[in-house]
Amino acid sequence: MTDSVKNTLLFVVVGGLILLTGFTQSWNSAILILNMGLISAIMSIGVNLQWGFAGLFNVGVMGFVALGGLAVVLVSTPPTPGAWSSGGYGVILALLLGAATVVSAVIVAQKLPKGRVQTLTIVGILLVGFFVYRGIFDPNVSAIEAIDPAVAGNIGGLNLPVLLAWPAGGLLAAGAAWLIGKTALGLRSDYLAIATLGIAEIIIAVMKNEDWLARGVKNVYGIPRPSPVVGYEVELQKDPAFLARAEWFGLDPVTASTLSVKLGYSLLFFIVLLVLLWMAQMALKSPWGRMMRAIRDNEVAAEAMGKDVTRRHLQIFVLGSAICGIAGAMMTTLDGQLTPGTYNPLRFTFLVWVMVIVGGSGNNFGAVLGAFLIWFLWVQVEPIGLWLMNVITTGMPDGSALKDHLINSAAHMRLFTMGLILLIVLRFSPRGLIPEK
Amino acid sequence: MDLLNALVALANFVIVPAVAYGSQLALGALGVTLIYGILRFSNFAHGDTMAFGAMIAVLVTWGLQAAGVSFGPLPTALLALPFAILGCIILVLVTDKLVYRFYREQKAKPVILVIVSMGVMFIMNGLVRFIIGPDDQRFSDGARFIVSAREFKAMTGLREGLAIKTSQGITVIVAVVAVVLLFWFLNKTRTGKSMRAYSDNEDLALLSGINPERVVMITWIIVAALATTAGVLYGLDKSFKPFVYFQLLLPIFASAIVGGLGNPLGAIAGGFIIAFSEVTITYAWKKVLTYLAPENLEPSGLVQFLSTDYKFAVSFAILLIVLLFKPTGLFKGKAV
Repeated sequence: MTDSVKNTLLFVVVGGLILLTGFTQSWNSAILILNMGLISAIMSIGVNLQWGFAGLFNVGVMGFVALGGLAVVLVSTPPTPGAWSSGGYGVILALLLGAATVVSAVIVAQKLPKGRVQTLTIVGILLVGFFVYRGIFDPNVSAIEAIDPAVAGNIGGLNLPVLLAWPAGGLLAAGAAWLIGKTALGLRSDYLAIATLGIAEIIIAVMKNEDWLARGVKNVYGIPRPSPVVGYEVELQKDPAFLARAEWFGLDPVTASTLSVKLGYSLLFFIVLLVLLWMAQMALKSPWGRMMRAIRDNEVAAEAMGKDVTRRHLQIFVLGSAICGIAGAMMTTLDGQLTPGTYNPLRFTFLVWVMVIVGGSGNNFGAVLGAFLIWFLWVQVEPIGLWLMNVITTGMPDGSALKDHLINSAAHMRLFTMGLILLIVLRFSPRGLIPEK
Repeated sequence: MDLLNALVALANFVIVPAVAYGSQLALGALGVTLIYGILRFSNFAHGDTMAFGAMIAVLVTWGLQAAGVSFGPLPTALLALPFAILGCIILVLVTDKLVYRFYREQKAKPVILVIVSMGVMFIMNGLVRFIIGPDDQRFSDGARFIVSAREFKAMTGLREGLAIKTSQGITVIVAVVAVVLLFWFLNKTRTGKSMRAYSDNEDLALLSGINPERVVMITWIIVAALATTAGVLYGLDKSFKPFVYFQLLLPIFASAIVGGLGNPLGAIAGGFIIAFSEVTITYAWKKVLTYLAPENLEPSGLVQFLSTDYKFAVSFAILLIVLLFKPTGLFKGKAV
């Protein structure tokens, strides 16, 4: 069996699993798995770019995904009336001053000779800058948050089409990645891991607490959909042409409208995935991709050949994070809401890593396959676990504490299973299902 | 008088909590740093190891409470601690045998071991959630305070009270005992010396007949004991919640790296540095400053530099600054 036959078979198997969900459970959940699988595949491509191509250990995926979600709110929601005039410009000014403080401190650190004068100047700049920043920032923020706090209290967005928010999410994530990369790349691999882990937590903390930005834990609801590809159920159910088509498929209008909405998303996500996959493949095959792998395999040798390792690392770190940002924006669009409280590193960072490693790091198709497979398992392990627990506990008397506990805890089988899969793949097939060529 | 009041307020809200938190971080960071020194990788599963040990302590405590056993004014959890340590030792030794040993024999790159520890983290996290659930669990009992704010006020006649929780007192005492034992072990015993030798120069240690598997086993045992102790103390002081332990990973790593990875003394110093900066930067200084400032010049705002939700940002900022200016940490660590 040649490689390509085997790889096609693997994809067919995963597709079959999703189809099986459709036949045995419901088509709604099957398409839900497909949609999140598509988004996960895009995240995997991003992580694979960083880890598989360049060997960068980024465990801050969650942060970039969340930034993508933030971009959706900032781009596509309508602006809050009066927010800009009452405090928006002030907040921007304060942020600019804050940035200027940091930049000037960095310049002083680089330009002045080391010594007490340098330390004192830096501390002085930072202290003065901080108080000026807080002095301007705080009143403006309270002004914004005072506007209709029950439904708004944030600065709102630009009211642009939501599809524009996807590249914007990528840009936002890329900007953050550039800042992080500038400081943290060039550190050892574990330090980069800790640094990105921390950054992701901080990004989430900012999104939870800065209510003026995207309402924090009060969440933003009702993010517009990318119509006309994705419609609204209520409108579809009134549309006679749509009803006729539903009739022809033999579906009742409610099911047909939810399916149609979800399939609309699938179509859009599929297009994005294909474009990104094509780009990633081209990058992999290009001289640039070969250079990246050369750097990954032997940094010293690559440097001796005149390659600027730090710059290339920064470049690929920014690119990969941007892709995660795009995926994050797509996910928030799919959810129709931004809920910063739900971002959890286990789900958004480490699960993506499991996807890449199980699929095959260094191989884009592997990453995509791993994403679909792991997402399918992530969703289905819960019912399987419940079934398993029911089988295990059939012998036990009803109402016994152990039986209840086992059945109630079945939901937590997920993390355990994911860890097990990761360890088994790492041990017995460390190059993944579709290894790098 | 005002000066005294300010000092008491400072001690009550900053120094006492920071010392307790710092001791917990130091114990956690010692575990991370030992793993790094001997096994040479950053153990992402450390937070969940702490959670696992603490979980056993919670369960045993509940059992003891149900059996009517108590420890007088001290929390019953202290009686449960040895059992918890034992359980945690078994877990990490089994993990090492099933998982890590293979990669050690392969001489895998450290980054692979980090990814492996991610898998272990998932499994341990899943186990803890499976056994005790993801919710908050309370297991502290015994006297709540060593000195309560009201007693202190009555005793000294000051306007500010100073409260020291039993858990805070115990944390410091247990941490000191643990650290003294650890350093005695590392510096005075033959096994401890062989561990340090292995950490400093693996090849030389192997040449002089040190059994690496034994060193690794002892390291895991010590790490499990430290992690469980840290986990139980943190749980007593705050409360036991699995996800919080996972999140502790960041300040713990920050402590270990700031002090210099692989250096036990540095881990302790790092723990206190991180704890004190987190608490001072997220504390609202209004009260203390009101006592100190001359009349009419009292601060109007809270004088809080950052809201408490940003405490991660503090440990992270310190971590970055140290990494950028002194990549080996404040005390000379192994990592470059």
